[in-house]
Amino acid sequence: MAHHDHAHDDHAHDEHHGPEKGIMRWIKTTNHKDLGTLYLFFAFTMFFIGGLMSLVIRAELFHPGLQFVDPEFFNQMTTMHALVMIFGGVMPAWVGLANWMVPMMIGCSDLALPRINNWGFWILPFAFAMLLGTLFMEGGAPAGGWTMYPPLVLQTGNAFPFLIFAVHLMGVSSITGAINVAVTILNMRAPGMSLLKMPLFVWTWLITAYLLIAVMPVLAGAVTMLLTDKYFLTSFFTASGGGDPVMFQHIFWFFGHPEVYILILPAFGIVSTIIPTFARKALFGYDSMVYAVASIAFLSFIVWAHHMFTVGMPLAGELFFMFATMLIAVPTGVKVFNWVATMWKGSMTFESPMLFALAFVFLFTIGGFSGLMLAITPVDFQYHDTYFVVAHFHYVLVPGAVFAILAGVYYWIPKWTGRMYSEKWGKIHFWLSAIFINITFFPQHFAGLAGMQRRVPDYAVQFVDWNVWSTIGAFGFFLAQFIFIFNMLACCYGWFGRKQGLPDRVWEGAHGLEWTVPSPAPYHTFEVPPVISDNEVTAAHDSVDALDKHKLS
Amino acid sequence: MDIGARRSTFKFVLVVVGMFGFGFALVPMYNALCDAIGLNGKVKMQASVAEPVQVDTSRTVTVQFVTTVNGGRTWEFRAEEASVKVHPGEMRAVKFYARNTEGRDLIAQAVPNVAPMQAAKHMRKTDCFCFNQQPFAAGEEKHMPVVFMLDPALPKDVDTVTLSYTFFEVEQVAHQGAPAQPKI
Repeated sequence: MAHHDHAHDDHAHDEHHGPEKGIMRWIKTTNHKDLGTLYLFFAFTMFFIGGLMSLVIRAELFHPGLQFVDPEFFNQMTTMHALVMIFGGVMPAWVGLANWMVPMMIGCSDLALPRINNWGFWILPFAFAMLLGTLFMEGGAPAGGWTMYPPLVLQTGNAFPFLIFAVHLMGVSSITGAINVAVTILNMRAPGMSLLKMPLFVWTWLITAYLLIAVMPVLAGAVTMLLTDKYFLTSFFTASGGGDPVMFQHIFWFFGHPEVYILILPAFGIVSTIIPTFARKALFGYDSMVYAVASIAFLSFIVWAHHMFTVGMPLAGELFFMFATMLIAVPTGVKVFNWVATMWKGSMTFESPMLFALAFVFLFTIGGFSGLMLAITPVDFQYHDTYFVVAHFHYVLVPGAVFAILAGVYYWIPKWTGRMYSEKWGKIHFWLSAIFINITFFPQHFAGLAGMQRRVPDYAVQFVDWNVWSTIGAFGFFLAQFIFIFNMLACCYGWFGRKQGLPDRVWEGAHGLEWTVPSPAPYHTFEVPPVISDNEVTAAHDSVDALDKHKLS
Repeated sequence: MDIGARRSTFKFVLVVVGMFGFGFALVPMYNALCDAIGLNGKVKMQASVAEPVQVDTSRTVTVQFVTTVNGGRTWEFRAEEASVKVHPGEMRAVKFYARNTEGRDLIAQAVPNVAPMQAAKHMRKTDCFCFNQQPFAAGEEKHMPVVFMLDPALPKDVDTVTLSYTFFEVEQVAHQGAPAQPKI
């Protein structure tokens, strides 16, 4: 360790030090910006693959009856789509944004464990090669649903051990990423950056990291039990040996519910960063935002059984989980109120990041409301495993988490590359995405309420109109994302004559340490801890000064 | 890396190890909860002690029997009476019929379950074919006993109790017996 510190000091003083040339730069890199870029490209690749799978699903569901794929392959698609999108798309995208932004936001030179950071990223391609490789195996990919419920999942063929070990590797990767971010935030903040002055993206990521550290090992334990049940004659979940398959659901959702907040909390941080910038006002209720995120994280540990109301629970249990779940609406409502209050009487402009952030507030809230409906135990007995559930979690994940990722990339890409994206194409991308995502998922509410089941390749003819709309929307949304990737690649490579030369503070209303370094951000930033001026914390904090400046009326 | 960062890394790694263990600790916790409140309709797999209790003749409860064979097998398995009416506290014997329709020896294990779940802990069985594994020769049929009592503490609103048995083949044991088969 001492040797490493010494080497690091040397390189800090080397003025001409830059990235290595060629492919080895990316394989050997321990630089947080390089790894952030790798994570983001990896996540985009996975969004593309998972998106193709969703198109197979939507094409099959365009009409009732079986047209393109057999039911077994359809089930493989629903299972793999979920695993790829959750563990390959959204989670690596958040780790990528944390890699890029957390050190620049708290004023340190890199994450605390740079080599672990490199390792954590490079496990992912192997994990997903294993998982996606099962598609080409005899018997095909896992098809029992991403939730891996026994006894069904134990009937998976040769793909089974690959599924389990891929989940283990994804878990190791997210745990290393989470420990890295948490240790960095707790120990490496610039002098003067007290906890309650941190930007909200840093706060939400710190809490996300705690959730990851607490629940990913539980998932690892649960899938290990599945593995030993199948190959080593244990009976954790096998009824013939005295086990209980329902216990898997309890253990899985003890991981699974905090997991859904892992997917959404960093989105709250991004939206809380972008709205003040383009409303040109300090964030309303900074402290309450922090407490709201912390309460949501706490509540996430005591609501898991709302995913399994129909397995049969004592009445007291169903009531407890129903009320605890509804309680989450309170801190979430605080957050939505604060975002709206931030915009109140602000001088708003509607650049692409702001458009995505606003769509997030509106559409995520729709997903929140359908979540409240699902929380009501008696009606959940009707909604359970229908397209209403599919509509609900896609509303919180796509116009929720994914829109926030898109907003974050639009917001910071000028800082990363020094080149401004095309606002025109950004707006076209936004409107196409916002319209098509609603065409995709809004009709699914109605199909679900009318009784259409999820994870079935065929359906009764009365659902056909909703499904036609849904399929059209899905193809439109998928195609619209190519506008985004070309727009961003054009910033990376300077296509279409895009020139560098943006000011440090790319957005006039932006505050925070990342806007005090040049654009593009140099390979090494904050080798010397910065002095934090009040100007940079007002965006985060409704200090007395900020309140005076923006006094109502 | 400074001392503080190293220390917090170490703490987080401890939490990870601890939570991995916690996942496994949930198993005995869940089983204890099932025993205590009959969660999920689980009933004891050992015989209860038959303490004489006052028979509550003011109540009559219908006990229905459900039989299932796991994994789509064709064994015959049914209760000889589909349902019986009993008074809480009354000891009752019923018989289940099973026949191995497959052309080979096998060993089966029945797993019981009770619905509604609040009745689970009031289902007392002094004898049950589910307490032991049941060997069946090819084509063998059996009439198997269950002696049970619903204790009088059964909640007042429960007037129907369903007792379900699922037969599983105990595969590992069957495998050991398999080599003998071709000689017959």
